Amino acid sequence: MSQAVQLDQAEIDLFRENVRKFMEKEIAPHYAQWEKEEILPREVWSKLGENGFLCVDVPEQYGGFGASFRLSAIVVEEASRAGFGGMASNLSVHSDIVAPYILHLGTEEQKQKWLPKMVTGEAVGAIGMTEPGAGSDLQGMKTRAEKDGNDYVINGQKTFITNGQHCDVIVLACKTDPNAGSKGITLFTVDTSLPGFARGRNLEKMGHHCADTSELFFENVRVGAEEILGGEGRGFANLMNELPRERLILALGAVAACEGMLERTVVYVQERKAFGVSVSQFQNTRFKLAELQAQIAVNRAFTTQCTNEYDEGKLSTVNASIAKLTTTELQGKVADECLQLFGGYGYMQEYPISRDYVDARIQRIYGGTSEIMKEIIARSVVGK
Amino acid sequence: MRQPHPTPELNLLEDQLRRFLVRDIAPHYHQWERAGIMPRELWRQLGAQGFLGADAAQAFAGAEAGYAAAACIIQTISAAGFAGLASAVAAHNEVAIPYVMDLGTDSQRQRWLPGMISGDIVGAIAMTEPSAGSDLKAIRGRAEKIAGGWRLNGQKTFITNGIHADLIIVAMKTDPDAGAKGISLFLVGADTPGFSRGRKLDKLGQNIADTAELFFENVEVGEDALLGGEGQGFACLMNELPRERLSFAIAALGACDAVLQDTLAYVQERKAFGVSVAQFQNTRFRLAELHARVEVLRAFVRQCIDRQSRAELGTADVSIAKLVSSEVQGELVDVCLQMFGGYGYMKEYPISRAYVDARGQRIYGGTSEIMKEIIARELLGR
Repeated sequence: MSQAVQLDQAEIDLFRENVRKFMEKEIAPHYAQWEKEEILPREVWSKLGENGFLCVDVPEQYGGFGASFRLSAIVVEEASRAGFGGMASNLSVHSDIVAPYILHLGTEEQKQKWLPKMVTGEAVGAIGMTEPGAGSDLQGMKTRAEKDGNDYVINGQKTFITNGQHCDVIVLACKTDPNAGSKGITLFTVDTSLPGFARGRNLEKMGHHCADTSELFFENVRVGAEEILGGEGRGFANLMNELPRERLILALGAVAACEGMLERTVVYVQERKAFGVSVSQFQNTRFKLAELQAQIAVNRAFTTQCTNEYDEGKLSTVNASIAKLTTTELQGKVADECLQLFGGYGYMQEYPISRDYVDARIQRIYGGTSEIMKEIIARSVVGK
Repeated sequence: MRQPHPTPELNLLEDQLRRFLVRDIAPHYHQWERAGIMPRELWRQLGAQGFLGADAAQAFAGAEAGYAAAACIIQTISAAGFAGLASAVAAHNEVAIPYVMDLGTDSQRQRWLPGMISGDIVGAIAMTEPSAGSDLKAIRGRAEKIAGGWRLNGQKTFITNGIHADLIIVAMKTDPDAGAKGISLFLVGADTPGFSRGRKLDKLGQNIADTAELFFENVEVGEDALLGGEGQGFACLMNELPRERLSFAIAALGACDAVLQDTLAYVQERKAFGVSVAQFQNTRFRLAELHARVEVLRAFVRQCIDRQSRAELGTADVSIAKLVSSEVQGELVDVCLQMFGGYGYMKEYPISRAYVDARGQRIYGGTSEIMKEIIARELLGR
């Protein structure tokens, strides 16, 4: 992390350009179809890997570039900007949540076992926290890992798991001591080829269709103690440490999605005529777009600051929460107001703004709802 | 219960419709949404039960049950969470039938209304074109006079009931140089040569309501196809718009009731941090705000229904109803979905459908911006 390969701006721009070209050439022509199929073909993961777009900041000794987080974020940003919200979510979970968990908390064996495969796309990662009865309230989870000799036996159920159908490795949160509250939670790396693991159906969602999302079932899944990630009973503390990055990547994706929507809307209102003039000539259009642009610029500055802080190891939970709250709320607003400027066309699936709208809605919920963000911010302002 | 002015007759109608929705619609709705269309047969079932053209004159097979009955039907369908069905029925009941009833000659009424009321004939109204939505005067579809009638050419889009429609009430230019006075309406049977349907459009929501492009290529119709007089199209539309817009406000109110009720039940059941979600102040205050706004809205819509029943509903009033109700609905579904957390994003939860269904309401039937312009004209002039 600290000794990330430093790239100059020209190299960063070149990387972004390559990601953009990849999105245009390899993703855009098929994306609507994958949305209909409600899953990405497995080859997309290998292609992303071949092109060096997965887990970009994993060190070279595990197959990555050893670049900074900034570069990894570019992949999610460009997918988001292009209007591929579902795929951006697949990628965030894999590259910016699961890989860092393993990299920061894993033993050498865990890193060797999973990271090189995650970089190539051979292994897809998922994170298993949410349960049917425990979303925002993580401590309410029921999945148990009971010690049995040197092993742990896992029983329970997770839901809303992104990459649930494709995943090969899950960073799974379990209770190892049900009486110890937050200190009774432990993370494990679980190989999905183990007996007793089963995937539920691919859940039908409002949007993000190509981001496969599933229930996962664990019935007497036996793992060795070496699969503990980051120490027994340390799960909650570890989650807390990793959450800023998870929230930052969601915020960066949100800002890029806003920029993409605004760009497409500007083109549309300039082309579209009503009452004999271009829609861009109406004061309502101009002022709405100006307001949105102003808010996007402010959010872009704040997320850039947060990215710098993260790269310096200084990003606080509160700043990450402010970023996640304001950018995803903005994304909802941009999607809603831009769609309105498309009139009836905005309600038609063939117009990307229609997908942007439904894709945006989950951003205020997953990775910590807006309400949880507010509570975190409130604690820093007025205490518990 | 939630009707503006409950009477024994209306309660009976609502009760009968609710039972029909539970028995014949609810088990299949998700499937029809996936298919992007409802079965044609459903129209005949609706007709057989008396849910089509309830306020049309008895002389044309209607029940003359009054406007309140027509309003009750839209509200009840919407309050069951079936917004797409409410839209399809509204296009038929609240737009197509009243156009024929109010603007048609006796022979036009005789020809079309009995079938529309039985559900054998599905009606659609075709105004919007690819480059003319809010700006109706910009339509390009042309009707040229020929011996004994008219020849129609043009293309329409976003037409609700476009796939099932047997009768299309289409707006065409009869005099391209006369602006608003150059528009006329025509009754076109879907079996007329030269008429064809484009593909069914995939929408963000309201998937069950079939929406399509329609094509008119040298469609020849007789003199008796002209509805409401030559050059009278725009004036006729203006007269009929209040009823159409009020139907959207009524549907919005029904949807708000359904979503709020559903959300109240959910937040009381769902636990987080050891207490019911209903115990958090954020939940309580947001739901209280929404409830307050819905009740204020209900009073205004009720007033509009009364005025419509007396044929006194003005354009500015109905624009306020359409603007406010669809904006309240949009906010309400957004806030309520948030209360469901991750479940709100899953299609199996009705809130998820209510959210996408709601988004069309601020666009069709006159966008919020057009409503604001109409209200502003009342205040400030042109």
